[in-house]
Amino acid sequence: MRVYVPMDSAAKALGAEAVVAALQAAARDAGVTLELVRTGTRGMIWLEPLVEVEINGVRHGYGPAAPEDAGAILDGTSERALGPVEDLDWMARQTRLTFARVGVIDPLSLQDYAALGGLVGLRRALGMTGAGIVEEVTTSGLRGRGGAGFPTGIKWKTVHDAQAPQKYIVCNADEGDSGTFADRMLMEGDPFTLIEGMVIAALGVGATRGYVYLRSEYPDAIRVMRRAVEIARKQRVLGADVLGSGRVFDMEIRVGAGAYVCGEETSLLNSLEGKRGVVRAKPPLPALEGFLGRPTVVNNVISLATVPVIFEKGAQHYADFGLGRSRGTVTLQIAGNVARGGLFETAFGITLGEVVEGLAGGTASGRPVKAVQVGGPLGAYLPASKFDAPLGYEELDAKGGLLGHAGLVVFDDTADMLSMARFAMEFCAIESCGKCTPCRIGAVRGVETIDRIRQGDGAAVPLLRDLCETMKDGSLCALGGLTPLPVESVLDHFADEALPRREAAE
Amino acid sequence: MSPPLPDTDEIDAIIAPHRNAEGPLLPMLHAVQDAFGHIPETAHRVIAEALNISRAELHGVISFYHDFRSQPAGRHVLKICRAEACQAMGGAALADATLKRLGLDWHGTTRNGAVTVEPVYCLGLCACAPAAMLDDRVLGRVDDARMTSLLAEAGA
Ligand SMILES: Cc1cc2nc3c(=O)[nH]c(=O)nc-3n(C[C@H](O)[C@H](O)[C@H](O)COP(=O)(O)O)c2cc1C
Ligand code: SF4
Ligand code: FES
Repeated sequence: MRVYVPMDSAAKALGAEAVVAALQAAARDAGVTLELVRTGTRGMIWLEPLVEVEINGVRHGYGPAAPEDAGAILDGTSERALGPVEDLDWMARQTRLTFARVGVIDPLSLQDYAALGGLVGLRRALGMTGAGIVEEVTTSGLRGRGGAGFPTGIKWKTVHDAQAPQKYIVCNADEGDSGTFADRMLMEGDPFTLIEGMVIAALGVGATRGYVYLRSEYPDAIRVMRRAVEIARKQRVLGADVLGSGRVFDMEIRVGAGAYVCGEETSLLNSLEGKRGVVRAKPPLPALEGFLGRPTVVNNVISLATVPVIFEKGAQHYADFGLGRSRGTVTLQIAGNVARGGLFETAFGITLGEVVEGLAGGTASGRPVKAVQVGGPLGAYLPASKFDAPLGYEELDAKGGLLGHAGLVVFDDTADMLSMARFAMEFCAIESCGKCTPCRIGAVRGVETIDRIRQGDGAAVPLLRDLCETMKDGSLCALGGLTPLPVESVLDHFADEALPRREAAE
Repeated sequence: MSPPLPDTDEIDAIIAPHRNAEGPLLPMLHAVQDAFGHIPETAHRVIAEALNISRAELHGVISFYHDFRSQPAGRHVLKICRAEACQAMGGAALADATLKRLGLDWHGTTRNGAVTVEPVYCLGLCACAPAAMLDDRVLGRVDDARMTSLLAEAGA
């Protein structure tokens, strides 16, 4: 009897290991042989631990499973039965391109990977020139999923055109934004996709070495990625002779050390070099002078992990999805106070309201939604009046929002918005790299000023506004430069509750 | 009782595999901290010499990162997520109650040396918040009852 249970850390955090132990015991008692496959998660986190039992080649779901459900799951009588997993509304409505295999395969089986389209893209890329590879990525319309939405093809072209004895591919797996977990889920659930994407990037720009800078807060992802790199090396996907082509590429997993700012690409490069993770002024661009001063592609996990499917299915196939200048799919991460949280991959263009009310099913508490923070700690808090905003880079920007890494954190009506604004400043103060005064000192002043507002001092409101302007104007990177965004969004959209009465009325 | 201080040879052996890495310092620091639970003074000279950097420079790097400690932590490290998605699910109240119960501030260690409590800003468990991590073990939808049993298990 073949049974699938995720080993994704969200599933573990909800008790997957205890369920596995109970399934094994129940199988022993019932005298059935259990063929247990550990997978990534499908992304329906409210159903985790989600056990899947294969019946006549179809995977039937049971979840959320508790250890005491094990016996009934195995004999098919469990009340946790959900039916075929692929038919569940959440799954059926998605366009899974980047996440096609996540939750489906054993993440560390290169065989399973290859059986479901893995390595097809790489084989195709091996027959192309570097310039052809870069062109393909440009045609796909892929933009950086790490936050800034910079066109990936243009970045690759810069590195491709640079002359240097050594070039690098660096994967940004620092995923520090609250409300985001797509990188983690992909690395734990389908690590070979990221590896394949990095190899294709390397072939495209002429790099022979790569690094994944992975945050230390993700011990499970670190283990899976390290293991996957060893396997890929052994099977010659990596190394001195990539798939027998004579081409060279190898890579290593490096672990961060708990600094949010190290997700910023130049700070990340300093950290990777063994320095303080201080942000570098640009220019020079990392594409020209990156790791150890060499031309370097720095891309987010999801950007790189999307490359294989672009080469497998063709750039145009990918570009045909989407809205405006946001081509392809967005990997939404739905989090916080939601009835149904998890990962949902769909074409750009779905509205915020459809996500929060439709997919997420409102709040977990059952109370009304008050605000959604989109795009991590540097993203705005949007009220329900903005729910018609389509999720695309430009479209959300026009509504005063920031798509960022596409995490959405939902708050119910008990949320204290002024304290969320305060937290934004506090977080900036804690995580500032210290290079610019408006960020380093401004954020501390921001906390103090919000405390004055909290005590009813209306005169502090214009001071906070000024401070936000100063931070926006005088910060080198988006940590200091965008922290004002959530703060101002609270002043703009939640003035009634956040400000002393007289100020709110103005 | 703290374990005997590591000697130079031991540290040399721990950092040796990383000597030829590009950007070897963070891997070395992680390796030392994995072995000793912190970065002991004795490691400073060894690492600075191996990489030909000044001790001031090394100190600057170590102090920049939240992960590296100069003193050993308790036997277990409990990280509680303070970030937004966890706040949306009562994470702040959970953290406050936990600290209060242990009589600690953030980064503090219980008097019996069992548990150090650290803040963390997102564990990627934002769809099953509030989240925490006890050593390397991830925990989702943590409530007071769950926290109580975790602390008991850790001997706090
Ligand atoms: C403070 C700060 C934190 C960031 N954190 C991340 C991160 O955790 N992951 C990421 O991919 N990009 C992060 N970025 C964006 C990177 O600087 C960079 O734009 C990205 O890695 C480029 O890859 P992409 O084009 O594939 O998105 C951050 C930026 C800033 C300013
Ligand atoms: S804005 Fe803040 S984090 Fe960014 S470079 Fe300046 S001081 Fe560093
Ligand atoms: S915000 Fe707490 S786990 Fe992400």
